[in-house]
Amino acid sequence: MSSSGHNLKKWFRGAESAETKSTGPGKSAPRTSRRCIGLGELLRNLKSAGEQKLSVLDLGPTSPANISFLTGLGARVFNEDVLREAQDPGYLVKQEDGSMQIDPSKFFAANLDYPPDQFDAILCWDVPDYLPEVLVRPLVERLQVMLKAKGNLLAFFHTKDAGPESLYSRHHIVPPDVLELEPIQGFRLQRIFNNRHIENLFKDFASRKFFLGRDNIREVLMVR
Amino acid sequence: MICDRRSVSYVNLIWSEESETKEKGADMWKARPEDNKPMTMNPTQPAQPVPPLAAATTPSPSTPAPHKETPKASEPHRSADVGHIGKSVQIRGELTGSEDLYLDGEIEGSIDLRDHTLIIGPNGKIKAGITARDLVVHGRVEGKVSASGRVELRKSCTLIGDVSTQRIVIEDGAFFKGAIDIKEKDAKPESRKPLAAAAISGSGMSSGEGSGITYSAAPASQGSFLDPK
Repeated sequence: MSSSGHNLKKWFRGAESAETKSTGPGKSAPRTSRRCIGLGELLRNLKSAGEQKLSVLDLGPTSPANISFLTGLGARVFNEDVLREAQDPGYLVKQEDGSMQIDPSKFFAANLDYPPDQFDAILCWDVPDYLPEVLVRPLVERLQVMLKAKGNLLAFFHTKDAGPESLYSRHHIVPPDVLELEPIQGFRLQRIFNNRHIENLFKDFASRKFFLGRDNIREVLMVR
Repeated sequence: MICDRRSVSYVNLIWSEESETKEKGADMWKARPEDNKPMTMNPTQPAQPVPPLAAATTPSPSTPAPHKETPKASEPHRSADVGHIGKSVQIRGELTGSEDLYLDGEIEGSIDLRDHTLIIGPNGKIKAGITARDLVVHGRVEGKVSASGRVELRKSCTLIGDVSTQRIVIEDGAFFKGAIDIKEKDAKPESRKPLAAAAISGSGMSSGEGSGITYSAAPASQGSFLDPK
């Protein structure tokens, strides 16, 4: 009895240590997973497009899982961590009022410099919610140009209920339609887009599909 | 290979020490006819002084000397067939070679190690197009990378540029900006696993496991280029 109790304790200790392993100091924050209908639909669209060599742009922080998954599909994967780049003080210019602000032309000269009709899909994740205001519209315009006709763009937007402390996350694809979210510190939610804002922002796209998740994230799948 | 050389020179030291003890023995004890014959390499010369290391490890008859203290497994990038460029070295121009290379310095230009492995150390800062068979990046690389084998991006690495390779391994924490193009495997036979398009190590791997996607088992089975060979 005592030995079985000991084993049981050992078992639970083992489970505990396994759990805390990923949350220890210096480690990345624990991941949560969520089902992502928009992603599932995007992947279905990509498969049905029947392209021989897909090109997919990931705008989030480098995710080994995404690169692995997408290259496994035979896609050429492009990765640009736009938000991290936007933190670079090199893009700041002094305004007339003395404040410092990102110069969009300078920023886009160094980032997202691709020819038109390059990508079959763009994974925008929740980047627009955290991006400095001056970059949001130019970013969307540029993405629209870079997408092929009938190309897909997946973006997430926090709703009011998500709260201002919503953490920016790195999104790892777990096929077929699950995302693991790995919170990344150091970025603050800049704004909340409502449906009308989103429609205005992506007005040049042919279609927009909205999916509201239980976690107060609005998934939007845009098709050019 | 250096290890081998060290072990060879060490055996020589032991040899000279043995010869010295034999000569001493010849003074102390009655000389036997076989003592004069084969043991000393050059009996006319005085015995060479034995360095402290060899003296401290005087071989006993029960323990064979060469096995007692084998040379330490040196860092793999310092082995004889791996070139080494230290962190204080700065090179501008074209770097080509026909051996594996560990590069911890700064390079601007181009690097061509077509059939060999290039390891960029944590202090390495490369602004160059790179052609190699296998590439491991710990430091910073800006430029186009073309590898016929495998590219490994370690967690401390920053790679800005397009990568064209047969297989890629990216550790969680690596920063990558650019395009990844997985090349089709050539008809040329290689001892690599055929189904692998990309292999991922680190915690990112866990998210892909059990997903139905065929990942290569490479990270676990092949290990790192930095592991001792």
